[in-house]
Amino acid sequence: MTTTKSKVVYSPVFTDGAEFRIPTFKLLKQDGSLYKSAKAPDLDKEKALRIYRAMITTRILDERMLAAQRQGRLSFYMQCTGEEAAVIGSAAALDDDDMIMAQYREQGALAYRGFTIDEFMNQLFGNEMDYGKGRQMPVHYGSKKLNYMTISSPLATQIPQATGYAYGQKLAGDGHCTITYFGEGAASEGDFHAALNMAAVHRVPVIFLCRNNGYAISTPAAEQFAADGVAPRAYGYKMDVIRVDGNDILAMYQATQEARKLAVEHNRPVLIEAMSYRLAAHSSSDDPSGYRSKDEEAVWREKDPILRMRLWLESKNWWSESDEKQLQETMRREVLETMKRAQKRPPPALETLVTDVYDEVPPMLEEQFKNLKAHIRKHPDAYPKSAEHAKGGA
Amino acid sequence: MTEMNMLQAINSALDTAMAENERVLCFGEDVGVFGGVFRATSNLQQKYGKARCFNTPLVEQGIIGFANGLAAQGSVPVAEIQFADYIFPAFDQIVNESAKFRYRSGNLFNVGGLTIRAPYGGGIAGGLYHSQSPEAYFAHTPGLKIVVPRNPHQAKGLLLGAIHDPNPTLFFEPKRLYRASVGDVPDEDYRLPLGEAEVIKEGTDITLLGWGAQMEVIQQAVELAEKEGISCEVIDLRTILPWDVETVANSVLKTGRLVVTHEAPLTGGFAGEIAATIQDRCFLYLESPIARVTGMDTPFPLVLEKEHLPNHLKVYEAIRASVEF
Repeated sequence: MTTTKSKVVYSPVFTDGAEFRIPTFKLLKQDGSLYKSAKAPDLDKEKALRIYRAMITTRILDERMLAAQRQGRLSFYMQCTGEEAAVIGSAAALDDDDMIMAQYREQGALAYRGFTIDEFMNQLFGNEMDYGKGRQMPVHYGSKKLNYMTISSPLATQIPQATGYAYGQKLAGDGHCTITYFGEGAASEGDFHAALNMAAVHRVPVIFLCRNNGYAISTPAAEQFAADGVAPRAYGYKMDVIRVDGNDILAMYQATQEARKLAVEHNRPVLIEAMSYRLAAHSSSDDPSGYRSKDEEAVWREKDPILRMRLWLESKNWWSESDEKQLQETMRREVLETMKRAQKRPPPALETLVTDVYDEVPPMLEEQFKNLKAHIRKHPDAYPKSAEHAKGGA
Repeated sequence: MTEMNMLQAINSALDTAMAENERVLCFGEDVGVFGGVFRATSNLQQKYGKARCFNTPLVEQGIIGFANGLAAQGSVPVAEIQFADYIFPAFDQIVNESAKFRYRSGNLFNVGGLTIRAPYGGGIAGGLYHSQSPEAYFAHTPGLKIVVPRNPHQAKGLLLGAIHDPNPTLFFEPKRLYRASVGDVPDEDYRLPLGEAEVIKEGTDITLLGWGAQMEVIQQAVELAEKEGISCEVIDLRTILPWDVETVANSVLKTGRLVVTHEAPLTGGFAGEIAATIQDRCFLYLESPIARVTGMDTPFPLVLEKEHLPNHLKVYEAIRASVEF
């Protein structure tokens, strides 16, 4: 049996889909005013400022932590810079109980949900208060309380998991959905295609948010796919799709709000392609000067999503120069003070090496741990981080 | 001869192979104009063009599936997987396809030209997903060859050996040594044999066996042990599959003791295979149980990486325990 209902032709007709051009949704101009026929979404002052504060928090955190990495205080860091509107605008359109399954550049969503600077720092420094117990590299955040699934490094693995998580939400009937974030590079992975297909077939309340930021490490989007972006792929799966100016906070907010309605009220999965630009390097280990020009970056610096939102806030008299100054100063101070505190906290206990591998520590790991402790007691100077912890026990 | 670090030696091997044979191609994530995130493929695109050295979309199963087809067609692909931790999406293509191409077709088709390069191992503060040593997963698969170099000279010679070997080969590069290990490397083409271990140092009391970055660890442990008058024989296995049983067994018949060390976890690690084979071949000559010094049976941690890793002190303690058994 075939599921195709297409008409029949009697000479070979090829098509490459080029006739389908997906429009880009925008509301806000760079000067903070709305496009002529655009109407701002229903976004009150309180929420707008919550969004803006999260954007500033993320930007300052990025600047400070990259500097800390350069000073050798931190092993690694990844910035969200340039993509704050795509991430925070979408996260703000969700219910706080919706699940977020992110890639690794979405600290903005976490900041919006209320992750404290202290919580960020504990993870970045992998100290004893890190929820991940110092096991993962910096920026692999997670928060059970804030419905933010702990990050996994391998690309795209969270996308089919989001489909599964959201299917569970549908069965539970609690009116919630899952959003999953990924870059346009990750959308090449097999996991992406599997996730969209399953979501469409099983009518899963999941929002796939592709941050098309132009580069997968050094590889430009043009070497990543031949098509008009990632959005057209949704057609192949018969899924709702929208392309949005990812630097436009209002458009991102409204598009995600409506996507959430489709997902939760109609069980229609949605793909959102946020068109943006990774202003920073891929990570603190990367140097973009090897593969792209300063001029290209400058063009995008002009489209700064934070400045655009600030001008909009000012046009509504919700924000002023002095508010800005105060927020920047308070935030910078808080970041620095919190960093110093987090850096001083001790590393996780030695036991964390063998716990959580399974629900209980199995005998072979008990044995290995016992041997390790004895070894460290014999050579305490060689293991400064854990010599103290190894003192007790057999 | 030129003094090179391991990345430069790998780059030199790729350059040599591409210059000699226009059917040699290098591709993978970021390998094009950027030269790979570690810069192992620097300048190759500029020199040999975009058709022979290029960026692929970000899809490991695609990279290796593509490489399998290319190799079956008669080309000589050298595919890069950015980190060995990210080889698993390509596991099906490697284990079910690369490894079985020749066997299932009655040798009508093969992908012998295929080489897969991937940086492996810990010691770089990489945490769970930038530190793994996956050689044992692949060693369970007949039809593959698995090679791990220990320094720049070995890296170039073994990589050229792998590229010219008529079997699909996995080439795991110890990334901790990429820039740390420096030495003289011939500028011309030279190939080191696959399947042959190398006795680096002769000794009489105990045999120490490892591969890749662990060879440096063994060296440090041996220095400690020899201060106490223990004479150590040191062997670099170099090829994990098929491995050189003869060289290892002959050494253990002489010394009567064996310590095997690798970074991967203990259980199911390749040291277990070696221990089983050697006790079978050398049972009556063994003076002590064969010791394994490995990573723990946990995922690779970040902050407590040093505790997890089989370092020189742990190897040294194993030598002592074996000699004093």
